[in-house]
Parts: sequence; C-alpha cells; structure tokens
Amino acid sequence: MLRLDQVSKTFRLGAFGSRELTAVKDVSLTVGPGEVVSLIGESGSGKTTIGRMALGLATPTKGRITFDGVPVSGLRGRASHGYHRQVQGVFQDPFSTFNPVFKADRVFTLVRDGFFGSVPAARWRQKVEAALHGVRLEPADVLDKYPHQLSGGQLQRMLIARALLLDIRLLVADEIISMLDASTRIDVLNLLGELKATGLGVLFVTHDLALGTYISDRTVILRAGEVVEAGPTETVFTNPSHEYTRDLLAAVPHLHRRWDEPVK
Amino acid sequence: MPLQVDDLKVYYRTLRGDVRALDGVSFTVADGEIMGVVGESGCGKSTLGKALVRLDNRMKHVGGTVTVDGQTLPIADDRAMNRFRFTSVSIIPQYAMSALNPTRRIGRLVADLLDARGMSYAATRPELIRRLALVGLPETVLDNYPMELSGGMKQRVVLVLSTLRDPALLVADEVTSALDVSNQRAVAQTLVEFRDRGYVRGMLVVTHDISLVYQIADTIMVMYAGRLAEKAPSDAVVTEPLHPYTQLLIGALPEVGARFSERRLTGIPGRPPGLRNPPQGCRFRARCPLAVDKCAEQPPFVEVAENHHVACWKAGS
Repeated sequence: MLRLDQVSKTFRLGAFGSRELTAVKDVSLTVGPGEVVSLIGESGSGKTTIGRMALGLATPTKGRITFDGVPVSGLRGRASHGYHRQVQGVFQDPFSTFNPVFKADRVFTLVRDGFFGSVPAARWRQKVEAALHGVRLEPADVLDKYPHQLSGGQLQRMLIARALLLDIRLLVADEIISMLDASTRIDVLNLLGELKATGLGVLFVTHDLALGTYISDRTVILRAGEVVEAGPTETVFTNPSHEYTRDLLAAVPHLHRRWDEPVK
Repeated sequence: MPLQVDDLKVYYRTLRGDVRALDGVSFTVADGEIMGVVGESGCGKSTLGKALVRLDNRMKHVGGTVTVDGQTLPIADDRAMNRFRFTSVSIIPQYAMSALNPTRRIGRLVADLLDARGMSYAATRPELIRRLALVGLPETVLDNYPMELSGGMKQRVVLVLSTLRDPALLVADEVTSALDVSNQRAVAQTLVEFRDRGYVRGMLVVTHDISLVYQIADTIMVMYAGRLAEKAPSDAVVTEPLHPYTQLLIGALPEVGARFSERRLTGIPGRPPGLRNPPQGCRFRARCPLAVDKCAEQPPFVEVAENHHVACWKAGS
C-alpha cells in the first residue's frame, strides 16, 4: 500500500541556506493493509519528517513515496484531495490541533464541507455519531463543546474519529498517545488494534518502545535519519541485532525491573 | 523532616463555583526521600506540587498547613513566600523547556536570577559550572541561547538552576514527560544524583509515568480526584498495590514485550468525577469493581502495613 523507496530529506539551515541538515537518509519501508508499522527513534531521528512526507505535507529531496503505486509527493488539487480521503494523520498534541475559538466538533464540519457536501444533515449526524461510537466516545459528551471543556484523551479520540469518517486506509499516527494518561493510552492503543483488524494500515510513530511493541507487527528503528534496524516486532525486541536498539531498550523504564538491575 | 503537609486543601476559583483540586491531603517526606506522585490528569498532583511553591491567582488556599524544616510556609501569601522560594522550596515547572527566557543567553539569565535574590553571579559561577558539568553540560552553554539547546539539555539547565541554593525540597513536575527514553533516563538519574550529593534533601517527583518513577523514587504516592489513594515504598506499590485504583492503573501499563495480539490490556472504564461537586464517600466508587455500600462513606487514609497507607475500606481487611 504505502511504499517508501530510498527516501531522503534535506533541510537548509542558516540565513542563506548555507548549511544542510539531512533529516532522513535513504529510508525504505512499506505499510500494507491491516498492518501496524512502528517507527521508533529519539527526538531528531527523522521519524516525524517521514510521517509528514507520507502524508504529502513535505516532499522528499530524493527517493520515491508511492501509495498503491501512485507517487504521493507533488499531488495537487483534486489528486491531493483524493489522497487525503484515503490517508490521514493524527498528531501528538491534541490541544494545539483544535482552534480554541471554535467548538471542537468543527473538525467534523470541515470534513463534511471538504468531502461530503452532498450528504444530508441528518445522515451526516448519524455518520459522525457512528464514528464517535467507533472510538468509544459518547456523542453527547463531546459534541457542541469547546476544546477546553474536553480532556486530552477525548480530543485525541475525536481526531481519530475524524480520520475514520473518511473511510481511510492508512493512518499516520505521530506520537498520538504520548500526551495521554496510562489508562487512556491503552484505550487508544486497543482502538488502533481493533481498526487494524478491519484492514486499516497504521504508521505508528513513537519514541516509546513499550507502546510500539504492544501494537505493531513490524518495527523500524531510526537513528539520525537512518534505519538502524527493521524487522518483525518480535525479532527486534527479543533479539535486537544492533547495539543502538539494545541501548534504547535498556533505557526504557520497566515496571518490575530497575535500570541498574541486570536483564533477566 | 523536609516536608510535612497536613490536611492541605487548595481549590480553583471558577465562575461556577470552586473546583476542589486538592481536598485534604496529609503526608510527610523524610530526609533524603524521593517521593513519586502519580495519578491521571486532573487528579490534583500538579496542583499539589504548585501549591507548595506558588499559588497562581486562580488557586485558593482553603485549609491545612505545609511545614518545611519545622517552619510553616505562608503558602497563601505570595510575597511572604518569596523568602522561602529557591532556598527552602524550589520547583522545576511542568514546561521547564519553555521556562527559559528565549532572548537571553543562559549565563545572563542566571545572573539576572541571582541578582534578584541578592547573590553575586561571579561568586556563584564556579559552583554553577561544577553542577553543569555534573549533568553533562559544558561551560559553554552559559553563552548559548535556549533555542540552541535540545529539550533534554534545557531540562538539565533548569534542574541546575532550581537547585542552586540547595533547597530543602524540590518539586519536579513532569520533568521527563517531553523527553525521549535516553534523555528521560539521564534526567531521572540526575535527580537521584542531586539527592545523593545533598543538593536537595527531599523531592516530590510529579509524573503520570509510574514505570519511570519506580526507577528513582523511594516512595510512591497515588492520587485520585484530589485525594490520596495509596502511599507506600515503591516496590510495594508496584508489586502488591492495595487500592483498586492503583491495581487498575498498573494493569493498564504495557511492559516492553507485551503484545496486543497475545494479552490485551484494559484501561480503567469511566472517567474521574468532576471536582466542582465531587461525590460523597470514596471518589473512586463509580469506577471501582469492588465497590460496596460502605463506600458511600469516605474511607480514611490509614496505615495498613508498615509505611503502607491506603484509603480503601477493602484494603487490609
């Protein structure tokens, strides 16, 4: 479905673009239907840039990104519109995604204006309610409210519901749970697990290895823009072949083992 | 004893009545103790941390006392508190990364700060540089602007600043939540190091990440809806939690290696009660799988085993 071939992204820095920063270097990966691929790395490893490129928000400097064989970068107008009907993103900070001036359910109205202008109001409302039930929110709790009246978990689930309204096939989830509470986190993760069973592909960007393993089929570990290790999640976690992966794993806080205790 | 809190109540004033964010909390922090304060968003953990250092204008001190080294803090009096801030209580705020003035070089910022406290920058500089080295930062960061530093570096700069006068108590509010795992570990271990070196005598580490706080804390205190649910040595909280809320909270944490397809974890159903009109009795009652009629009565926060306090009728019986 989504395919990245030797993708690189270079940013120009400094007043006259005199310095270059390679944020992503020769990254190849694929996400198939019903597959969750975790993209794990530290801050600055290029994981968010990859997500943005997959969404068509940034163009790769080198390499190709295709979705069902169609190049993603350079989509304009109607083609870009069609792409975003199938591929949507949800980002880290639900609080800054919403415009505090408007009610939070405006995100749904905007989807209707953009994609479903011909759907009658009553049908649309049903559709919104179904999507909200899908992310286990009670419509009465969240509709007609301002963002500050809702919790982070509610806002984040509304954004997932918004993405689901479009019958998407691929979701780019960029750190979607790092701002949520432990209990809400697991609810959102379980939700992704259920959606995956319906055939949704997910590119799951995170720095949290525990959460990455819980949900993903394949894991890609990034360091400074390059893939250091990639493979089935089981293999990467139980038998990491790269030293960097082992270091990362060692830094994860475990619940029953302290950092200085040896691995059992 | 660096900190003793007795029946502390802090409410938020809103147009529609008071929000009882902190509703009768009592505990002590012993010399050299790192206490982790955990709970869901809105449980009052940050309010507790802030109340010990500075009440913002929406917060109202309703009752209770805070004692640091035998001196009662005038927490309701913003100006009188100035004498205690930085020297006996200090805080690393939740958004420490944006706590640094972006228009000043770090060194200049520190000089301003010390000046405001009547201290000489020149005299403090050697100690400052020593402590920066301890957290792995070179002297040159003093000539950097905050934007030139990474999140982890900024966090460590703020840690050094907050503890420069060796406060009796340090409140660290979500200091690691915005960092990635390697930086998280480095910052957390620095907190322990500062305690070990005696720069800080007691510490409250406020976080929602139990697995992180388990790594560094001696005691973990679990809060729920403005009250204490459980407080015990960190091993006891993690291995044999007694409050049903703690049990569910720990059950919701994925370990590295846990898989959705193999063992599905569950969140805690329901949501915490609103604190404008909190329910009578145990506030966890509505979400609690063990709730009985007795829970309509507020359970006392009692010691059921050595150093293990819990507020639940079912615990220890």
